[in-house]
Amino acid sequence: MEKPKANLEVFASTLLELAHQDPNLLVVTSDSRGSGKLAPFGKAVPGQIVEVGIAEQNLVGVAAGLAAAGKTVFAVSPACFVTARSLEQIKNDICYSDRPVKVVGISAGVSYGALGSTHHSLHDFAALRAIHNVTIVAPADSFETREAVLAAAKIDEPVYLRFGKKAMPHLSRPAEEFELGKASLIRQGSALTFIASGETVAPASDAAELLAKEGVECRVLSMHTIKPLDEAAVLSAASETGGVITVEEHSVHGGLGEACAALLLQAGKCVPFKIVGFPDEYTVTGGQVEIFKHYGIDGPGLANMARSVLPKR
Amino acid sequence: MTMLTERELKKKSVQYRKDILRIIKGSGSGHTGGDLSSIDILNVLYNRVLRVTPESFENSDRDYYIQSKGHCAEALFVVLADRGFFPKEELNTLNKFGSHFIGHPTRKVNGVEQNTGALGHGLAFAVGVALAAKQDRKDYRAFTLLGDGELAEGSNWEAGMTAAHYRLDNLIAIVDRNGLQITGSTEDVCQLEPLGEKFESFGFAVRECDGNDIGELVHTFGAVPFVPGKPSLVLAKTRKGKGISFMDNVAKWHHGVPNDDEYSRAMAELDEAEKELAA
Repeated sequence: MEKPKANLEVFASTLLELAHQDPNLLVVTSDSRGSGKLAPFGKAVPGQIVEVGIAEQNLVGVAAGLAAAGKTVFAVSPACFVTARSLEQIKNDICYSDRPVKVVGISAGVSYGALGSTHHSLHDFAALRAIHNVTIVAPADSFETREAVLAAAKIDEPVYLRFGKKAMPHLSRPAEEFELGKASLIRQGSALTFIASGETVAPASDAAELLAKEGVECRVLSMHTIKPLDEAAVLSAASETGGVITVEEHSVHGGLGEACAALLLQAGKCVPFKIVGFPDEYTVTGGQVEIFKHYGIDGPGLANMARSVLPKR
Repeated sequence: MTMLTERELKKKSVQYRKDILRIIKGSGSGHTGGDLSSIDILNVLYNRVLRVTPESFENSDRDYYIQSKGHCAEALFVVLADRGFFPKEELNTLNKFGSHFIGHPTRKVNGVEQNTGALGHGLAFAVGVALAAKQDRKDYRAFTLLGDGELAEGSNWEAGMTAAHYRLDNLIAIVDRNGLQITGSTEDVCQLEPLGEKFESFGFAVRECDGNDIGELVHTFGAVPFVPGKPSLVLAKTRKGKGISFMDNVAKWHHGVPNDDEYSRAMAELDEAEKELAA
């Protein structure tokens, strides 16, 4: 078995591969090449990395200009900064002006657990979901990360990619297929469905494993693309399984959970449903794993949530 | 491009001022003061400086013009129409329901490079364009027009540092230094001076000129880049509302729309200016 790698590392190595193939590909960083695992990229292809200093608004504006002049651009900065401080640049310079920049939010969610809320990005799905013309992607593991980076480079549209920095286990799945906008099936089951995204897919998978030992087979979907949402997969989960639990490394407001809830309610599907994410507070601090556990985003916590949703036997 | 004489350019400026007032009057809104302060700059850029035409607009070697002070869209639209980017009659739809001629430039209008309107965005975008040209060893240039009030946005200074850091002498930023913003004098709202020195200390080569004087503008733009290896900054001293006596340097014309009487008086003044140029 391959040693687990952080999605961030897989992103950086995939990007270097792409840069070798395409001299027109540029990475723009805001003093973030170290945090973005891009130091080897900078050494290997120094002409394809543009440094703008600690200036995230500038990062996004410059990236838009480079894209307008024909470059394939990945603008890389911690998710907490690039989706808040430069939100107006993302909205106007990229999305409204239709510049196909790939905005990469690194060390997303509570990756920087102990650094506190200044460094957490639990708002980015919500902020970007309300902006037209951007695909929002949070891959679960190495496989999805690599595929997402390749897919993002290929499409001539704005994309937001969100990566954590913790080593992620390779998730086995029935079929190694990846398509932006299409949920990836991690595990089949009918008792209920965990619809998870990014680094919460692994704990959802752990929960399904625990429940399987009790004879409860749950479906696990990696909803790597938050927008556009794979509506068919969500509706099928509600029709074919006993309920839906959404899981995300994001505020419970405005993210994957609310997107699924809105879809199901408007489709007239009233099924047992829970949103697991971060409550409306400045989070406890510590390591990412500890914070996840505190909010019930681990195998046992999610299994308990499932037991509370499932009909009593 | 047929080279217009300075006299012909001056006539264009009068015609553009008439067009601006006509479409603002027709639509009932617009940024009259800034349109009139910046129109001579746009005139010289599009008729004398920029290597871009409707035919070459999609070419990767064209010069780029990005209007950072997006609210002066009417001035840009009038010049683009005159340069043949779209039929002039389309401007009669300004701000009408469903028209793509809205109060700020968007790429739906042929000739517009980037959607602007929120301030402090144009310079960073222009830095990206200029940097791409350097990387590709091409000789196209990026021009951007900034408002003076806009310079309180910190993003301008972030972009300015980057422009100097990468020695982007193919970047030409122009400040429409009319000295007024919606609240009043820029110096009362948030002091900008010494503005030239500020840009110089950020690594720009700075030149001042009368931004409403065609001859000075032609001369100044003819000298870019002012210093090889440095981005150029044209500090264009202008007057808000320039060309109409009762709008000249009056803050309330920032987005004032003339009533019928004011409109007739303004047009009469411009008719007079036209006659003088014909003589």
